[in-house]
Amino acid sequence: MGMTITEKILAKHAGLKEVQPGMLINAKVDIAMGHDVTAPIAIAEFKKAGGHKVFDRNRVVIVPDHFTPNKDIPSAQNSKILRDFAREHKLSHYYEGGQIGVCHVLLPEQGIVVPGDLVIGADSHTCTYGALGAFATGVGSTDLAAVMLTGELWFKVPETMKIVFRGKRNPWVSGKDLILHVIGQIGVDGATYRAMEFTGETVRDLSMADRFTIANMVVEAGAKNGIFIPDEITRDYVQYRAEREFTFYDSDPDAAYASVLEIDVSRIEPQVAFPHQPSNVRGISQVGSIKIDQVFIGSCTNGRIEDLRIAAHILRNRTVAPYVRLIIIPATPEIYRTAMTEGLFEIFLDAKAVISAPTCGPCLGGHMGILAEGERAVATTNRNFVGRMGHPGSEVYLANPAIAAASAVLGRIASPDELKGVPPL
Amino acid sequence: MKFTGRIWKFGDHINTDLIIPARYINSMDPAFLAAHCMEDTDPDFVKKIKPGDIIVAGENFGCGSSREHAPIAIKAAGIACVIAKSFARIFYRSSFNMGLPIFESRDLYERVTEGDRIEVDGDEGWIRIVGVDLEPFRVQPIPPFMQTLVEAGGLMKKIEKERQRVL
Repeated sequence: MGMTITEKILAKHAGLKEVQPGMLINAKVDIAMGHDVTAPIAIAEFKKAGGHKVFDRNRVVIVPDHFTPNKDIPSAQNSKILRDFAREHKLSHYYEGGQIGVCHVLLPEQGIVVPGDLVIGADSHTCTYGALGAFATGVGSTDLAAVMLTGELWFKVPETMKIVFRGKRNPWVSGKDLILHVIGQIGVDGATYRAMEFTGETVRDLSMADRFTIANMVVEAGAKNGIFIPDEITRDYVQYRAEREFTFYDSDPDAAYASVLEIDVSRIEPQVAFPHQPSNVRGISQVGSIKIDQVFIGSCTNGRIEDLRIAAHILRNRTVAPYVRLIIIPATPEIYRTAMTEGLFEIFLDAKAVISAPTCGPCLGGHMGILAEGERAVATTNRNFVGRMGHPGSEVYLANPAIAAASAVLGRIASPDELKGVPPL
Repeated sequence: MKFTGRIWKFGDHINTDLIIPARYINSMDPAFLAAHCMEDTDPDFVKKIKPGDIIVAGENFGCGSSREHAPIAIKAAGIACVIAKSFARIFYRSSFNMGLPIFESRDLYERVTEGDRIEVDGDEGWIRIVGVDLEPFRVQPIPPFMQTLVEAGGLMKKIEKERQRVL
């Protein structure tokens, strides 16, 4: 019996010829990541267990991205814990000040995670790296502590669901819309404990940015990991970035899948996830008139340069609607610089947007754009739970950057098609 | 593992933002986290509960963020254990790793109302509603590997013991 790409990567890292779904394995971890929310607990556990040395100073990655630049004293204390730990253990991947980016955008960009890797992160959106053809999954702080100490962790080999995208995408339909559509179909626990493997002719045309967005959100369906078979688009992305050797894995033709979901993307229009579940999706034509107070374009889901270019394309020569705040956060310093060099910041500033330094910030109601009671936001992020971006009586609508930008201009959830004279992408 | 306590009932898809909102997770002090446990779904929850009480929930309990602050908040609030129809996977791992007892039961949920007292025997794998003459509900047995985590007192204790054995 053949194996899926997920099974092959797990088998390789467990030193086994073959694994099957349901098997418990102990596997070597290539990269272990933590941030300013989760790593302080991991570091405390590491010390409590008598840890003096991390298993490999080049493979433990710490990115203080959630509440930085430190928003208050407790956040500053947490950052200090990370800084002291990074210094003590001479971690080669620790980020400070203007080096900080949103971890799940930063690690692939810097070539720290590469195809074929087994990656764990104490953050649920660690699944993002599956876009590279790596096995990547979110864990808790204690799991991270265990890996920092031993370089290994136990895993249950997941069953794989295959998602096949076919057909041509409609205007303004991006990776965000494909994954929101899938989550809408299968529900927020539709992939619990499973791997989601994305294939089909449409996938071959998807940019890495779109693939990262799709893999990022598999956890919103409960999945353990999301994964793409690496191809030439992957190679173009990683070949000048990768700081280690990488391996391309593929699924065998006779690999076993728990289920196969075929999706004709030509039937999908831009999607909006209504409060308070990412599965609560409607096509943009079915949204109706929903007034908004804030728009956030950024995050590990949609804070890449491609996302900012789309936003700029729509915002050029337009301004944000009265009484609406538009907050744009490039996810990493490299994206920030590129956006600046390409003149996107001028478009954003002319549109009366706020541009912030890279941070997770408003996505989790951390800082840089908290919502008041009764306020509504359109966000390019991944979660619209109760109170996610602020007051428990506020609302978050998830959408792609094109919808978010058009909504900022019109002051209500809207498609770019409702604006006069926006050329197609 | 045996528990007897009053139950508090929650629905499906109780995410970790509901268990402990992000505005509090720049602290890792268990007592502080406990003081805000479940705040955005029931602002009075912490005032109402007593040590040893039990949470009973529907599908996919603990979905969303990986924050271990969620099981820490529940445990520190004095909740003895959580019984759900199903758990999200990171919460499931973390609970075993840090020592919050959790049990899966598909049948219990519909048969209990908030305020009932239940008796849980985690070793023998059954739950009984106190004062109700019903067959006990079977609990999904804890997988053998997870059982070794429970016996060791959590993942780090297990690793410590293994390392000592090697050294």
